[in-house]
Amino acid sequence: MYGNTYIELSDKAKSLLEGEDPQKLAEFEARIAAGEKIEPKDWMPKAYRKQLIRMIEQHAHSEIVGALPEGTWITRAPGFRRKLALMAKVQDEVGHAQLLYSAAETLGKTRENMLNDLINGKSKYSNVFNYPALTWADTAIISWLIDAGAIINQVTNSKGSYGPYCRALERICSEESFHLKYGHDNVVFLATGTPQQREMVQEALNRWWQPIMHFHGPPDKISDHTEILMRWKVKMATNDDMRERFLDEYVPKIWDLGLTIPDQKLKKNEKTGKWEYTEPDWEEFKRVINGDGPCNKERLQVRRWAVERGAWVRRALIKADSKYTVPLA
Amino acid sequence: MKKSIDPRINRLDLPENKDGKEILHALEEWETYEVFHQKKRGDQHIHTGIVHAANPELALIMAKEAFGRRRQTANLWVVRSKDVTASLYEDADIFLTTPEKTYREASDYYCMDRIRKYQQEHGIKDRKEDRRKKKESD
Repeated sequence: MYGNTYIELSDKAKSLLEGEDPQKLAEFEARIAAGEKIEPKDWMPKAYRKQLIRMIEQHAHSEIVGALPEGTWITRAPGFRRKLALMAKVQDEVGHAQLLYSAAETLGKTRENMLNDLINGKSKYSNVFNYPALTWADTAIISWLIDAGAIINQVTNSKGSYGPYCRALERICSEESFHLKYGHDNVVFLATGTPQQREMVQEALNRWWQPIMHFHGPPDKISDHTEILMRWKVKMATNDDMRERFLDEYVPKIWDLGLTIPDQKLKKNEKTGKWEYTEPDWEEFKRVINGDGPCNKERLQVRRWAVERGAWVRRALIKADSKYTVPLA
Repeated sequence: MKKSIDPRINRLDLPENKDGKEILHALEEWETYEVFHQKKRGDQHIHTGIVHAANPELALIMAKEAFGRRRQTANLWVVRSKDVTASLYEDADIFLTTPEKTYREASDYYCMDRIRKYQQEHGIKDRKEDRRKKKESD
């Protein structure tokens, strides 16, 4: 579900290309320009490999950590059908993490190393999962609007240049259509229900609006670095473009339900065709992503607990002659 | 730590997480297997992704969870990644022999012109002429 990655860009664009064979680089760029995909065994610039590992790994972590805030509500889901649906959704998210870890592995980082880096805080995951799902209505808002944001991002990235990542994303997007429908259904049920239910979903929307606006990341600094990543089809759209697409598609649907979005400035400028809104607090975003959010500590501790508790099973099954092989595709 | 809103988490004895220890070791996620998915009987098995597993039987179970839980599935294969031998993309030119081998293509054979010419010269009726004329007049 949760594919948003923050590429922190430096302006050292030249260093991206340093030491690369000019002829191989030209062939590589020509292949991408022709719309062909890059496959794991192909030659690729070091910076391309590094950036992709980072992106795909963060995306995988987001799936696995993203299962936690909603997973909290499985035992307390209102009604059996919703419980089953939520379990299926959470299972999907963990399954998506598996697909993405595999795609990142084809670039040469082992799954063990990725999981260690997650637990030790070296690699990040989507910032929104550092916030709690305080009520059932929060899970409805997450399933609908966070998944919607993620789908916009993932559909965009599935047109990228790295074959294994694109294939994983296509599969993920087709499974997520159920999440979106399920989340929308839950929000509609609450918004058209009793006054208390309506109030509950409005409050959840108020809590989640800022994380939702944070979701696609801060406005990009346009640098040579960004240009190269876009030319290599690693980055497929600016963060602002994706936020714009999200607002275009979902703000009207929220308004359809008579819900209030907690931003009085929010409106579409008919002349420019662009949305106007209050910039979300990017200082808070940075603070939370660097560890100081309401749930960061709990999320990683829960992951670590799961890894440590499962260790004996994994070790009991491993055979002495096992040998790791980088997956093919 | 602040109390979690999840009662199950409050019941856990959560570990401290500041020691920077590498808690997963090499191969703890086991070997990799390539998964091939057949949608229905009679279709081809198509490569669909990979799973990690300790042995082939467990790989099948993992593959069922990862690739068979949503879409129609008739059959799955799993193959250890290390047992796959692949051609190299750099050697893709070995497949470039087709352009000069048009004699292998059905579309490279057309002799109707010769047949018609022969029929006209020898007064043989074209069996399909009526049908062709009807089609044109429709």
